[in-house]
Amino acid sequence: MSSAAGNAVLTVAGLSVGVRDLRLVTDVSFSLGPGERVGLIGESGSGKSLTALSLMGLLPEGLRAAGSVRMAAVDHDLVDASERDMTRVRGDRMAMVFQEPMTALNPLMRVGDQVAEVMLLHDTQPDRRSARAAVTELFQRVHLPDPERMPGSYPHQLSGGQRQRIMLAIALANNPSVLICDEPTTALDVTVQALMLEEILAGVEREGSALLFITHDLPVVAMVCQRVLVMYGGRLVESGPVREVFTSPRHPYTAGLLASSRFEESDTAGRLPTISGSVPAAGHFPAGCPFRDRCPAATEECAEWPGWTGGAAHGFACWHPVGRTGQ
Amino acid sequence: MFLASLALASVTVFAFMSVLPGDPARVALGVTADPESVAQLQARFGTDRPLAVQYLDWVSGLPTGDFGRSYVTEATIGPQIVDRLLVTLWLVATASVLALLVAVPAGVVAAVRHRRPSGAFLSGMSQVGIAIPSFLAGMLLIALFAVHWGLLPAGGWTPPAQDPARFVRLLILPALSLGVVQAAVLTRYVRSAILDVLREDYLRTARAKGMGPYRALIRHGLRNAAIPVVTVLGLQLATLLIGAVVVERVFVIPGLGSLLLDGVANRDLLLVQGVVMVLVVAVLLVNYLVDVAYVVIDPRLRRAR
Repeated sequence: MSSAAGNAVLTVAGLSVGVRDLRLVTDVSFSLGPGERVGLIGESGSGKSLTALSLMGLLPEGLRAAGSVRMAAVDHDLVDASERDMTRVRGDRMAMVFQEPMTALNPLMRVGDQVAEVMLLHDTQPDRRSARAAVTELFQRVHLPDPERMPGSYPHQLSGGQRQRIMLAIALANNPSVLICDEPTTALDVTVQALMLEEILAGVEREGSALLFITHDLPVVAMVCQRVLVMYGGRLVESGPVREVFTSPRHPYTAGLLASSRFEESDTAGRLPTISGSVPAAGHFPAGCPFRDRCPAATEECAEWPGWTGGAAHGFACWHPVGRTGQ
Repeated sequence: MFLASLALASVTVFAFMSVLPGDPARVALGVTADPESVAQLQARFGTDRPLAVQYLDWVSGLPTGDFGRSYVTEATIGPQIVDRLLVTLWLVATASVLALLVAVPAGVVAAVRHRRPSGAFLSGMSQVGIAIPSFLAGMLLIALFAVHWGLLPAGGWTPPAQDPARFVRLLILPALSLGVVQAAVLTRYVRSAILDVLREDYLRTARAKGMGPYRALIRHGLRNAAIPVVTVLGLQLATLLIGAVVVERVFVIPGLGSLLLDGVANRDLLLVQGVVMVLVVAVLLVNYLVDVAYVVIDPRLRRAR
């Protein structure tokens, strides 16, 4: 399942993450084309953040990744790469914006220095003076107010939205070919979220970066992404163009997820439909199809992993897919 | 604020010394002295005046370094204290620097490798170090370096201006015995501060920028970890001064500590009062410096411009 791998900037194949006896992410494969914007959605505990961290080689201590992650113009596999090799990729070829802007910046360092640092580290600016000029320009681009004086501020003097813009400036500073955003707007005020999303979109478009956008917010995916990957229980269960997946989902989990975020489907009491049952603790999903104990269509077959139906760019993993042929 | 603490401290020290039993004049003259000569001597010491007058007389001299005259030797106390203070400061400063030089790297390694044997070993060593009293460390060091190997002198003191080489050789063992315990205590605090910092998001950001783990820790972690460590360092300086009293005795060093012990032994209350006051001022000064250090380290504590 690697049809788009020809000119892909990032190719993930058979990625698994786990501790010694617990698998948290199983056999995830996908690829990102140049400049492509892909959403990665799923509930908390579905393994989406772990997938992102394993791409960066920044898994928490004790967790290990297996499989293969390749980047265009990087001649080694990112899984099991040496720390020295990974430091050249991180912040340069691949960058990441995290969920929590309030704690992601060093409280004791001026924000301008924190942005300049990533350029000096990868020699994309020759010296402090030119780095300083580049910081001002970056701040202008992400529409931070007063870009001449803002670099001299400390994080505590800025709002959450401003700090997240600074994180974005850090991530975009070296023109990465892949930008990973892990719920970058979840911690922000609703009024600031849309602005931040526009900033991210404008940023990846300007730099030509591919975007992997992790969220559980489906409308955000519809606004930002071209393609979507759906994860459940540490596995990829469906993928495809946003419009098609959102209008005619094939996996019952995707269908449930969509139903529970559509206001027009609320019942007479105004309640949204929910997916019955609850998400098991990470690593404690049933064998076979991880969704089978919550799935209305589950049969005995589902005790076995259904395998992938369709191509890498558009497909699903289910014995009893929703829609078209089935019903 | 600082002045208020000083005033309060001076009253406390004075009051404490005044309620101690043993009138200096009676002690000086012995139990067989007749009341007349006792009264005479009290008049000379000034101890026959009301306590409030004695206090004001004493406290008004302090800013100019006038601590009064010793009841025993009748020598002025101020110059003695200054001489001895310099000796103790050399000892405490050297011990602190040694402790920091050991504790910072050891604490960092113990934190970064806390799941591995080398980290556990360092933690264990610091645990052992804390349990060793400094006088015991001093005696062990003397037994090894001075008696067994004959490498360094067992005790004594030479001012640095007089013979720098001998000064250094004499300073090594006492500074080590005082520093070992400090290093052990500090290592534990550095370790826990670094462990906290390692869990911070901004360290992950630094790694995401392309920094290796140690580089990220040094550039973004150390200063953040310094805040709790400076607090402990300030508190520890007070215990270092007290530790110095004991270590000076072990190594026969003419510091503030030996002056204090001599004063106590001779019932030289005014001398003891002066030394204690100087120690109190030193502790207050260190606390003040710790507050200043916070502001230097952490921009969040600076007032908005």
